[in-house]
Amino acid sequence: MKKYLSFFRLRFLMGLQYRAAALGGIATQFAWGFMEIMIFRAFYRADAAAFPMSFSATASYIWLQQAFLALFATWMMEKEIFDAIVNGNIVYELCRPISIYNMWFSRSMANRLSRAVLRCFPILAFAVFIPKPYGIALPASLWHFVLFLLTLLLGLAMTVSLCVLVYILAFFTISPQGLQMIFITMTDFFAGALIPLPFFPEKMQRFMELLPFAAMQNVPLRIYGGSMTRFEIQKAVLLQIFWLLVITAAGKLLCKLALKRVVVQGG
Amino acid sequence: MKKLHQSIRLYFHYVSLNIRCMMQYKASFFLTALGQFLVSFTVFLGIFFMFQRFSMVEGFTYSEVLLCFGIMLMEFSLAEMFARGFDMFHHMVKNGEFDRVLVRPQNEILQVLGSKFELTRIGRMAQAIVMFIYGIVKNEVAWSFSKVLTVIFMLIGGTAVFSALFLIYAALCFFTLDGLEFINIFTDGAREFGKYPVGVYGKEFLIFTTFFIPYALIQYYPLLYILGRRTEVFLVLLPLLACWFLVPALLLWRFGVRHYKSSGS
Amino acid sequence: MITMEHVCKSYKIAKRDGGIKAALTSLFHREYESIHALKDVTFTIGDGEMVGYIGPNGAGKSSTIKILSGILTPDSGTVLINGRIPYKDRVRHVKDIGVVFGQRSQLWWDVPVIDSFELLKDIYTIPEPQYRQSLEELTELLNLKELLRSPTRQLSLGQRMRCEIAASLLHRPRILFLDEPTIGLDAVSKLAVRDFILQQNKIHKTTVILTTHDMQDIEALASRILLIGKGRLLLDGTLDDIKRGGGNIDETVAELYRAYEI
Repeated sequence: MKKYLSFFRLRFLMGLQYRAAALGGIATQFAWGFMEIMIFRAFYRADAAAFPMSFSATASYIWLQQAFLALFATWMMEKEIFDAIVNGNIVYELCRPISIYNMWFSRSMANRLSRAVLRCFPILAFAVFIPKPYGIALPASLWHFVLFLLTLLLGLAMTVSLCVLVYILAFFTISPQGLQMIFITMTDFFAGALIPLPFFPEKMQRFMELLPFAAMQNVPLRIYGGSMTRFEIQKAVLLQIFWLLVITAAGKLLCKLALKRVVVQGG
Repeated sequence: MKKLHQSIRLYFHYVSLNIRCMMQYKASFFLTALGQFLVSFTVFLGIFFMFQRFSMVEGFTYSEVLLCFGIMLMEFSLAEMFARGFDMFHHMVKNGEFDRVLVRPQNEILQVLGSKFELTRIGRMAQAIVMFIYGIVKNEVAWSFSKVLTVIFMLIGGTAVFSALFLIYAALCFFTLDGLEFINIFTDGAREFGKYPVGVYGKEFLIFTTFFIPYALIQYYPLLYILGRRTEVFLVLLPLLACWFLVPALLLWRFGVRHYKSSGS
Repeated sequence: MITMEHVCKSYKIAKRDGGIKAALTSLFHREYESIHALKDVTFTIGDGEMVGYIGPNGAGKSSTIKILSGILTPDSGTVLINGRIPYKDRVRHVKDIGVVFGQRSQLWWDVPVIDSFELLKDIYTIPEPQYRQSLEELTELLNLKELLRSPTRQLSLGQRMRCEIAASLLHRPRILFLDEPTIGLDAVSKLAVRDFILQQNKIHKTTVILTTHDMQDIEALASRILLIGKGRLLLDGTLDDIKRGGGNIDETVAELYRAYEI
């Protein structure tokens, strides 16, 4: 465990180094969130009755999404890991006495957390001061906030386990780039990054909520606004845990298979 | 005149080399193009599902929005295809390739443009054209010569505006390599949010996109003309006016080159 | 004719320390320090000379080459090459020079070498007959015949370097800058490259300026040596001047570095 922690620490420090990148990211995310809200405002004006959640909850969803983008954005993949697999440098990693899966997992967690820590506070701080209903509202209750934090972490772990699964799948494909692109496109759509899931037609929403992608940002961001019932929350959290276990197990299994292949074929 | 002719010939020489390089990796080319198509396709799906719920946004219907998005996406794809060298310019500065550009007796911009011609953007272009046609079919636009001309001018002006934004990004690379993410607001962001007519975003935003970064000139006003909401003839030429945005971009670039030559990094 | 007089150049570089605390403080405040890459450097190189430009890493070699090739503007001093100021009259100046960066390729990776050459023909606007003639001569001297039709990525390092050198000479420059031209090459290629450079100098009177860490390159090619350290020109002489003590040239140069504390 200790070595993974030190890996985590190293990555976290490296992430903190990029001051200008963080500033640029904050500006981008802030503008992005602002524009998103303007779109939804336009639709709200067109037909307020057709809105599936309150406008204020929608605004909170968008601000949280921007603030914690680094936790959930699947396009923020680790190029180094991908390259190592594609060009075969992975064999050097094999020489170290640690589990590759755990190393990648802790490293990705650290990268995402360090990025998010730098970026979330300024964005949230700004968003709080934007007048209602365009800014971020306070959480529905203290209980909702606690659940939000908990599911946020679960969602992060879920994102990382999916990403690591894709790294490992890259062993088995001829075009890792193609795989990566399809994965990113799919998750953007199904996770509610493009449009929050409640805005989809009802049947589709029900179906999408069962997929592993919905276990990422969808759960914490909607719990925060208080638009989910108690039963819905329970179901969502259980699904999060279920998918996390399944995807992690699948990732570990495939990792073993992949490494065997590498050893047998010599890369 | 002879110089111009030579430059154009050289540019096409670059383009043909780029295409030949790309054809060495046909599978990768088709997959990337397909991916480009898919990415825009999900954005289209987003619009589709929003309009399942809402019938209009600020007076624009589904098919009108598709027409708008189609043109905007074509403009963006063209700029990405031709000006990708600027979009990727940080690599050129980082690995010292720009030094090579400077030891050659040709204009720097021409060389950077030639360094990368991104044909894979044809995937995005295809998606844009499909949406555009769909928008035309579903829409009762009374097409006329002046309206067709407006679309052509929109493509020219739009490509110029987006290329100028890429050029600004490249110029900033001379000063710093991190933190340039914010430029994405104006390029990727404009592509994302330009799917709806910019009037949707409120009056202040319309003013900003008329006088500062002229998106409205290549999207909103000419669109109103095509849809028949406004009939003033000058709206046809407005997209061409947007080309003025290349001027500050070029000035910044020249300033950047001078900085590079004095700092050497 | 190349003249450099009292040339100075310095850079500003951000300081960076390790640790969490430093990482956090550097978020808000960053310190800079000046590095003097060149301090009052003066020399003249005549037409057709072959000069070895040596010194340890960070001594100012690449700054000098960049200034001479028009990429970098010095802070002060004057530079004149064939009557032109390189960084002011860039386009016309670079028609006269060829540059080989040993570590970086100018050939297009995925297409046959000849395609890169054809592009260079258009970039330098070389007239067709002159291009044919140069190409023929270079193909002959560098033994490129078999290589021109294969994509760059399939060439060995030595083969690639021969093509790189040819690419830099297609437009018949009067001055050739070679930055570590033999780095990583096998013995045969090294000898071939050295041989060719000597010939080129003899036939076309090309001025050659060579930076390298390989003292055998210097021994084989340079009739004159400029030694630079910590931004100052420390020595300007012949190989014999340096070797006066006799013995191995690597040891002699190492001794010189030690003597000058660089």
